[in-house]
Amino acid sequence: MKEHFTLENKEDVVTTEKISGSEAVLKSLLAEGVKTLYGYPGGAIMPVYDQLHQYQDKVHHVLARHEQGAVHAAQGYARISGKVGVVIATSGPGATNLITGIADAQIDSTPLVCITGQVNSQLLGSDAFQETDIVGISTPVTKWNHQITKASDIPKVLAKAFYIAKSGRPGPVLIDITKDAQFEEFDFSYQKCVGIRSYKPVPMVEEKKVQEAAALINSAKKPLIVWGQGVILSEAESIFKGIVEKSGIPAAWTILGVSALPTSHPLNVGMVGMHGNYAPNVLTNECDVLIAIGMRFDDRVTGNLNFYAKQAKIIHFEIDPAEVDKNVKADIAVLGDAKESLTQLLPYLNEKEHTEWHQRFKDLYKIEYEKVIKNDLHPTKEGLTMGEVLKEINKRSKGNAAIVSDVGQHQMIACRYADFNLTKSNITSGGLGTMGFALPAAIGAKMAAPDRDVVAVIGDGGYQMTIQELGTVFQQRIPLKIVVLNNQFLGMVRQWQQLFFDKRYASTEMTNPDFVAIAKGYQIDAQKVTDREKLSDAVREMMTSEGAYFLEVCVEKEDNVFPMITAGASVSDIRLE
Amino acid sequence: MEENKTYTISIYTENNIGLLNRISAIFQRRHINIESINSSVSEIENISKWTIVVQLTEERMKKIIGQIEKQVEVIKAYYHREDEIIYQESCLFKIKSELLFEERQIQNIIKESNANIVTVNKEFFVLEKSGRSEEIELLHRELKVFGIMQLTRSGRIAVSKEEMKISKMLEAFSN
Ligand SMILES: Cc1ncc(C[n+]2csc(CCOP(=O)(O)OP(=O)(O)O)c2C)c(N)n1
Repeated sequence: MKEHFTLENKEDVVTTEKISGSEAVLKSLLAEGVKTLYGYPGGAIMPVYDQLHQYQDKVHHVLARHEQGAVHAAQGYARISGKVGVVIATSGPGATNLITGIADAQIDSTPLVCITGQVNSQLLGSDAFQETDIVGISTPVTKWNHQITKASDIPKVLAKAFYIAKSGRPGPVLIDITKDAQFEEFDFSYQKCVGIRSYKPVPMVEEKKVQEAAALINSAKKPLIVWGQGVILSEAESIFKGIVEKSGIPAAWTILGVSALPTSHPLNVGMVGMHGNYAPNVLTNECDVLIAIGMRFDDRVTGNLNFYAKQAKIIHFEIDPAEVDKNVKADIAVLGDAKESLTQLLPYLNEKEHTEWHQRFKDLYKIEYEKVIKNDLHPTKEGLTMGEVLKEINKRSKGNAAIVSDVGQHQMIACRYADFNLTKSNITSGGLGTMGFALPAAIGAKMAAPDRDVVAVIGDGGYQMTIQELGTVFQQRIPLKIVVLNNQFLGMVRQWQQLFFDKRYASTEMTNPDFVAIAKGYQIDAQKVTDREKLSDAVREMMTSEGAYFLEVCVEKEDNVFPMITAGASVSDIRLE
Repeated sequence: MEENKTYTISIYTENNIGLLNRISAIFQRRHINIESINSSVSEIENISKWTIVVQLTEERMKKIIGQIEKQVEVIKAYYHREDEIIYQESCLFKIKSELLFEERQIQNIIKESNANIVTVNKEFFVLEKSGRSEEIELLHRELKVFGIMQLTRSGRIAVSKEEMKISKMLEAFSN
């Protein structure tokens, strides 16, 4: 590999006498400002673990209970802090156990650096013990990956890894280091990477495009903003708010974008997509200009593309050129970092209110409230609903907690009903829909933001996919709040079986263990709620507890999540029941 | 529906072992058959050039180029229509030597096709033909009737009529 690094300034260079490759890994991590990392040891990575022991006062290594737990924890860490999450694992099964989390980070644009050990370089290709071609396996799910067989490559490759993971549209990078390279000694010197000639992470904003976009926005009668995680990743929240307020345009979010603008903001019209709010979905097919900001028109957002916003002109603010025209053709594409392009846009926008247009959203909200929201939040039937649990959490968190949800019905309910005042607060597996994400991701999130309340909201199914991470909560004494919404079903799949497979509940019913006893086994305070009268107190107790807390809420078994855009349907044909 | 056309893709890349995997995965994932692929040096030192031939609609072609350019080690990727490039392929035919003397017709075919005899020995001779695909296909059809011992055909290599400005791009980086 050729070196293509330029120096930012001389002070960034760290140089030492001969050290081992494994110590070089630690020194490189320190140079990148890494203080916490997640992992699991094993043969091929032992030299690095030995150094982690030496450097334990500088770098906190968190031992997960499964490598998948480690990578999700690093994701949670990255998502709440905006920093690069770091993961470390051994070769073979250690490395392959990371793949789900890496794929998740790739599709949700989460910056990760994953370091895996590999067998000795002389053994590569010999089917040695715990040898897998992890570079080959991870290629389609990483932004970049590389195998190191010489210690002297460690600093420059790790510098490149951090740069690639974080710059432009972030993503996961995997670096595989052979064991001999970890032992080998060399003269260490570290320079941060500030550019790679073949890689242009952030396209320049074209002023002309910004002006065209502004003109179209200013002329619009019924404009709609749909924003995604790009607003958060580029830390454009405040300028974004300025855009929304000045233009008076109703703004709707994807589940990765929510919390960039407070949910209580009067111009926030809710969630788009399959289980999103009624008004923004229906009015997507009525708006005259759709302004997409840092979102990629995922099929869960658009429904059937043949009937998606066909009447509207589309403006797409996007950092990744490959996303433009990929799913929805843009009339005007403004390439670049959202913060930069929105900053350029703001002065061109006219101040407007769009009062009548807003009224349409309010009218449709009323319909959704009557048909769906009222029953979710203020049920009159006996069984508890997931929505009322979220309502109680909101009451105690006052909208300041970070909510980490897993995948399924409870996820959609959490995204729909959680109140958010602060950005980077909704941590969920969006693109990959990885069950088992929430518990470990919440661990990472809480560790990165110890002063914030972090509440994991999980289904009884997904909880059991990474339940072993209670061990990490226990060992690290992480004051995390864990809520399991137990419907004794793989609820989301059961909902589909009910609606589309004539209620043939194939393998979705769950016989669950005593979750409270399990939590207590890890010395985590725990409680189970089955009655409405007890719910409010239980949530209060959880939210005010000092340490970790586990709350199981037994909810109605066969509730469904609505609204819903069914497969193949248009966003405006969203069902309310 | 837009119809499939033949496109030639030129990709300028840093020399990197893993890239072949990344690029081929982009096509494989979308069930796009690669008709030919060639990797070689380019006019710029330490920069490789790949030439890939595929059949696609232009709309898909554009999306694929976006995915290719997104790869960290790719400097730039272009796609070209057939009339935008000068291209060549080559083919080697190994044929029994006796045919060269017994079948007059073969000598005429060789002459007319502008193919070169690379080597001749007692048992076989090797014929090399470079040109456009149709020319090679024609020669293949003509020789087939006499029997071919071995045949190998290369991927397409191509240069574009328009400038590709890679050097300028690289200069911009070092400044
Ligand atoms: C790893 C993984 N396997 C399977 C699925 C498919 N899937 C999506 S939602 C779901 C059910 C989730 O059930 P549960 O965790 O109990 O949550 P609920 O929907 O009941 O709230 C399943 C199986 C998935 N998303 N991820």
